[in-house]
Amino acid sequence: MDSDLSPQDRKDLDKFIKFFALKTVQVIVQARLGEKICTRSSSSPTGSDWFTLAIKDIPEVTHEAKKALAGQLPSIGRSMCVEISLKTSEGDSMELETWCLEMNEKCEKDIKVSYTVYTRLSLLLKSLLAITRVTPAYKLSRKQGHDYVILYRIYFGDVQLSGLGEGFQTVRVGIVGTPIGTLTLSCAYRTNLALMSSRRFERTGPIMGIIIDHFVERPLSNTALLHPCNYRAPVEEEGGAYAGVEDSQEVCTTSFSTSPPSQVEASPDPAAFTHSVSLFGTFMYLTMAVPGKEGGVPQVLLQPSHGTQADHGRAPSCPTADMPHQAPPSSCTFSKDDLLPMDLGTFYREFQNPPQLASLSIDISAQSMAEDLDSLPEKLAIYEKNIDEFDAFVDTLQ
Amino acid sequence: MNCRSEVLEVSLEGRQVDEALLALLHTILLHRSTGKFHYKKEGTYSIGTVGTQDIDCDFIDFTFVRVSSDELDRVIRKAVAEFKDALGNSGSDGMGQISLEFYQKKKSRWPFSDECIPWEVWTIKVNVVNLANEQERQICREKVGEKLGEKVINIVEVINRHEYLPKMPTQSEVDNVFDTSLKDVQPYLYKITYQITDSLGTSVSTTMRRLIKDTLAL
Repeated sequence: MDSDLSPQDRKDLDKFIKFFALKTVQVIVQARLGEKICTRSSSSPTGSDWFTLAIKDIPEVTHEAKKALAGQLPSIGRSMCVEISLKTSEGDSMELETWCLEMNEKCEKDIKVSYTVYTRLSLLLKSLLAITRVTPAYKLSRKQGHDYVILYRIYFGDVQLSGLGEGFQTVRVGIVGTPIGTLTLSCAYRTNLALMSSRRFERTGPIMGIIIDHFVERPLSNTALLHPCNYRAPVEEEGGAYAGVEDSQEVCTTSFSTSPPSQVEASPDPAAFTHSVSLFGTFMYLTMAVPGKEGGVPQVLLQPSHGTQADHGRAPSCPTADMPHQAPPSSCTFSKDDLLPMDLGTFYREFQNPPQLASLSIDISAQSMAEDLDSLPEKLAIYEKNIDEFDAFVDTLQ
Repeated sequence: MNCRSEVLEVSLEGRQVDEALLALLHTILLHRSTGKFHYKKEGTYSIGTVGTQDIDCDFIDFTFVRVSSDELDRVIRKAVAEFKDALGNSGSDGMGQISLEFYQKKKSRWPFSDECIPWEVWTIKVNVVNLANEQERQICREKVGEKLGEKVINIVEVINRHEYLPKMPTQSEVDNVFDTSLKDVQPYLYKITYQITDSLGTSVSTTMRRLIKDTLAL
């Protein structure tokens, strides 16, 4: 079977499958962040957007995916799975869905790797973008907050669906035939949300607040790690390396041919996202300066962590639906600099309970209404006497 | 070559028509749009990047993904608005259908005009219902959201059968296959037409009128 594939085609195919797996994980996890995703189209190829789709890479998610893959690729009998689960503030958890990238033995020997497989993988990613908004976990993830969070786990090997309860449903996102097997992307999702109904979660209206702590949980069945989906895209630092591409040779194919296939590899985009902030365990407001944006200082309410204390926190990012292109904040705003000489908690408490203006305060014991009325003629006489002074004051203002 | 034809049916309230049609049409166009082609020497070309954005519906419990192209969105919104106006003005008891047709142009010699050969047609049949109270509207909001989800799954299933797609064109023929008028993305050539079913059940076909007009214009 493989002997029909040229070494270059085999190398390309392995690269396509690897980056397809990584982008699949990104699309799934980002769809469960709890916010709307928006990326910009670019008429010119950037050389860093695999499958000609603008899908940003959250570095931690890429790291977890690569860790799970451990240098291997989805192959026959070894599937890559992304499990999405819900964890309540009281510690109850429930698996919601499992996305599986599998390969079977059915080969398409004559298919062109460099063009047809690549474009079909691109199409499959678009289908994944659409389907991730349709399964029940999407609405739950948009409402995550104080009552519950959405977690993800990536594992490699046999697909585990027993945690989805009885009557789970399956939707097939799509298939792509390759010379070494057929890739299938599907989702099995829970239909019995009994835990949800017993807790009486609100089904309408957004829940304010996003939990940002990056805690780690050990699932019951294995030692793979669960991670919160509402990790925010970190900040771009100037001059940083492109976090999604470790090897300078692993660039995406952006050139095609209308005649026999030929590829031109472009250099990777050096844009990067790295950022972290300290985690505070109490309610407070986080502001992030967004350079270049008029008045763009988005605020995010942080909530107390409910799980294991995080090793380090993650900054919420500042994208909104009205900002198709994210301008990353230039620096961490929790630094102890002269802009904010006091402790942030103290600042927050003072901000919440500011002293009342003296002019608005009324000492009721001093005067009663009757006394006020009695003193009026006297006050009017004084004002009339000093009327020239008042007129002169008004003239200075004009 | 036979044209592939798919039909989707939705029943919804009047104020949901725009969003439901945008959701379905944009889902189809997401899969039928590529980045802009940039042709180089020696028959190679590179492809631009397609961005995407989530759109929340106001009157339906649903979020859909569309291509990040305001130009494309304006064109689709205009077509949907025309259809909705026609639906409202026709006295047709709220039934009609809107079609998104992908086609290729085949050059013809003078005096014949270019031939448009459809290769995929998506027809969305719309049935507008009237609801009596707010409770029914709330139920309809959720039900239509679920139905749209099913339609998206249907669309994805058809798309991923990987049936006929036009061959990638050379630079001289790219306008016969793709709509290159947009500056950020490049959908396959498409046209949107609609039909309103009047109360007698007969259909008034704007496409047929246009076809006759085009033929007489030769």
